[in-house]
Amino acid sequence: MRLFFNYFTNLNLIMMKNKSLVAIDDLSNDEIIKILDLAEEFEKNPIQNILSKTVVASLFFEPSTRTRLSFESAVNRLGGRVIGFSEAANTSLAKGESLKDTILTVANYSDLIIMRHPIEGSARYASEVSPVPIINAGDGANQHPTQTLLDLYSIRKTQGTLENLNIFLVGDLKYGRTVHSLLMAMSQFGASFTFVSPKELQMPKEYKMFLDNMGLKYNEQTELNENLDKADIIYMTRVQRERFSDPLEYEKVKNVYVLRNHMLENTRPNMRILHPLPRVNEIHTDIDPNPKAYYFPQALNGVYARMAIMASILGLKSV
Amino acid sequence: MKEIKLSVSAIENGTVIDHIPAQNLFKVISILGLDRFDNLITFGTNMESKRLGKKAIIKIADKFFEREEINRIAVVAPHAKLNVIRDYKVVEKQLVEVPDKIEGIVKCVNPKCITNFENIKTKFSVINKQNVALKCHYCEKITDQEHMVYL
Repeated sequence: MRLFFNYFTNLNLIMMKNKSLVAIDDLSNDEIIKILDLAEEFEKNPIQNILSKTVVASLFFEPSTRTRLSFESAVNRLGGRVIGFSEAANTSLAKGESLKDTILTVANYSDLIIMRHPIEGSARYASEVSPVPIINAGDGANQHPTQTLLDLYSIRKTQGTLENLNIFLVGDLKYGRTVHSLLMAMSQFGASFTFVSPKELQMPKEYKMFLDNMGLKYNEQTELNENLDKADIIYMTRVQRERFSDPLEYEKVKNVYVLRNHMLENTRPNMRILHPLPRVNEIHTDIDPNPKAYYFPQALNGVYARMAIMASILGLKSV
Repeated sequence: MKEIKLSVSAIENGTVIDHIPAQNLFKVISILGLDRFDNLITFGTNMESKRLGKKAIIKIADKFFEREEINRIAVVAPHAKLNVIRDYKVVEKQLVEVPDKIEGIVKCVNPKCITNFENIKTKFSVINKQNVALKCHYCEKITDQEHMVYL
């Protein structure tokens, strides 16, 4: 039975071979589950030499500490080599080279390109011109699929399932790409949602229409400290000053969405708090020792999820 | 008083494109590349129309369009009607259909989209055919009729 399962797991991963990962909806539910299963295998056995013959290019046209280090840690732990840059200032881009030329050149030096770029759609375009697979590590405010996969991995690991969960999304729901991608992905598994945000940063209409069409329930509230006892996951995000046209409005809400330890008293035992990080003040540090705080283990899960994504795309199997 | 009547003359063979919004006449000409045609082309514009207010009409001699070719004008002239003329008679009437995908023609509304930085042909999927709305293949943002800028 196990062999049979592995056969299909590997068959599916082979289908992903050489495919770029640009957006979360490039993956079927089945492919998502297979990546999460593989991430689980990597968590059990994270030091493997499967990338020993692989050079991975890490092209970060804008700075990102967590995503870049998480990817590079994943490559290093699997025995691969990383080349690349962590900001565009000293690269050919600063000299005016097109993205296409950069990608075509770097593809000569590497087997896989991980790219973060401030311009939206850059990852899709790179995937169309590149002879090697591209993993999108964030293209402006558009897509960041590996974040979604590590969020899904964290949810499944803490809840034992992805099915029929009650997800609270808190903070900047208007511009936050992580919450949008998570909503799209979790909707495939029958989730219910509660949106907690100031009026200025409410979940955009198109996502609510999408949920309506899927027949999924959602509630909206402006108070954070309400209905938290119904949550399986509280997904916190940062309310950013630059999103507000009126600075006074920001001042009004900046300290409203701060999760404190005493607010967790009646929450479910299985409830966990996630955050894509960096956190500023929206999760008070008094929560950190609470076992329901899951944001740092979540960041570790990012390494396993990225190991699984790279191994799948490079057609390397470890199970 | 002598009556002077100027009319756009009938064509023997070719295509008449009617019900073009007057303000989009030159966009239609540009999209179809009529400015590079050698055929005899006549057009009239700012003609009264109950539906459009002011409409334009184009007559192109000895030219018959492929379906795909003519649907490219749908974003600027969604109510356009084509009359196919043979031997001075209308032998076929066609309505423009908004296609499922549109390449080129329209600029992506998102100033941070890659298509506004690199030399790339824009690509959209049409998500609303009534009030034409386009989803960018690259940045996934929606360009609606109100914000449409033509390339």
